[in-house]
Amino acid sequence: MIETLGRTALAVVGELGDFTLFAGRSLASAVGSRKLGRRIMRALYEQGVRCLPVILIVGVFTGLVLGLQGYYVLSRYGSTSVLGELVSLTLVRELAPVLAALMLVGQAGSALAAELGIQRNSEQIDALETMGASPHAYLIAPRIIAAAVSFPVQTAFFSLIGIWGGYLSGSLLLPLQGGIYWASVHAAVGWPDLRECLLKAVVFGLLTIAICAHNGYNTHRRSRATGARAVSASTTRAVVVSCIAVLAADYLITSLLVRS
Amino acid sequence: MTAPATEFLLDVRGVAKRFGEHPVLTGADLLVPRGSVVAVLGKSGTGKSVFLKCLAGIVTPDAGEIRFDGRVLDAGNASARAEFRRRCSYLFQSNALFDSLTALENVALPLESTTQVPNAEIRERSLEALRQLELDRHRDVHPAQLSGGMQKRLALARAIVTRPELVLFDEPTAGLDPLRRNSVFEMVAKYQRQFGFTAVLVTHDVPEALAVSDRIALLDAGRMRFQGTPAEFSRSDDPAVRSFRDSAAALRDTIAALRRGETLPSEEPS
Repeated sequence: MIETLGRTALAVVGELGDFTLFAGRSLASAVGSRKLGRRIMRALYEQGVRCLPVILIVGVFTGLVLGLQGYYVLSRYGSTSVLGELVSLTLVRELAPVLAALMLVGQAGSALAAELGIQRNSEQIDALETMGASPHAYLIAPRIIAAAVSFPVQTAFFSLIGIWGGYLSGSLLLPLQGGIYWASVHAAVGWPDLRECLLKAVVFGLLTIAICAHNGYNTHRRSRATGARAVSASTTRAVVVSCIAVLAADYLITSLLVRS
Repeated sequence: MTAPATEFLLDVRGVAKRFGEHPVLTGADLLVPRGSVVAVLGKSGTGKSVFLKCLAGIVTPDAGEIRFDGRVLDAGNASARAEFRRRCSYLFQSNALFDSLTALENVALPLESTTQVPNAEIRERSLEALRQLELDRHRDVHPAQLSGGMQKRLALARAIVTRPELVLFDEPTAGLDPLRRNSVFEMVAKYQRQFGFTAVLVTHDVPEALAVSDRIALLDAGRMRFQGTPAEFSRSDDPAVRSFRDSAAALRDTIAALRRGETLPSEEPS
């Protein structure tokens, strides 16, 4: 029992160390890398433009539900006038960064892990190494750098469309006046809330894309599966670990910011 | 300071590699003279590809020494390994082409990633490599849209675009029909003469290897059982060489015996 616990703990520490080195080496490899800008633009398109419809759909429904639930709870206390505050702060501080990150992990992160896994299996990553090219600079760094840009933008879109969803619920489907809703939003959201939102989005972006890349890149190290099964296992693990990391990082950042 | 040129571009001594409890290479040696084509023969599963990957640095050997142009390649000598990668190309059995890039982008990739050559020159050199391998009409096509033989040529174009001194070929004819197999060996011979690179060719096609190679090495039980010229290979009395060399004749005799209705020695009741 103790031996198993110890072995597991050592494996986790080893994996964390390996991941940290992987992420650090990837970011360091970007320095002086040729045509990095073009590869970042391609990654921005994949992680940003292609994921935007999902972000908008999930965002609007989240806002609709928040508006609906919030209105009925607040109406018990005669406080429906603060519906805008409730919806906007819930979204900006918590739900938009977390849900947008989970959606991006599901779409862009899983695609990245699978793509790298297939590239590993078909020796494309080995081919880069034999050419003397850095797979970290070519394949990983552009994705991580793009995530630091695309996640905050996606989170901003999520927040905006979600707040608009809250307005749809509260003022078009329910009897709250639109002016009261928007005045409440305007009064509630301040710079510290936006800073928290953007900070979380950047951290979640860097963390999840690095985790997905690490899992896909190391597909060949899976001892229990090979070939397509290894790619499938890497992709599943990438998504699960990324989701857990988002929630854990959210708690850590929130607790740090609340105390400060 | 540049080291004096040695007779052998590649000098491999006692390379050993095991995966878990399974030893694959137990001390393989190989001498590769400059400008020559050396074929490494061996049965399937004898570790030919592992040996080639040890040379390329994709797999780290457990023991042994690899010298490229007189300099030892090991983990502690990063500059020697970097120089080796700059002067060497590797042709993968699976071609390892980037399926998301076009033919032209695939060929340009080694130059873009590893050199400071201006973009216009990269394009010109990549187009030239495609022209030399008669693929210039397909420059905007993705690898999946090309036939097997064309993919092999595209992989060779990518390998030669950096003007390497050494090209490592990992079973370049695996899975190809006899006509395509012959055309790949012709391609290797033709471009080796045209570009003057040194080649190490891993294969199990004996007649074709004898035809295109200057030297033959036979890998058996983790070691090089034989190294010599094709003529020496043809004359050798070594049982492993003979069984490999005469395998086609032995198969013909077996089939002829079966057609005559004879019982094979292995089928006789004990």
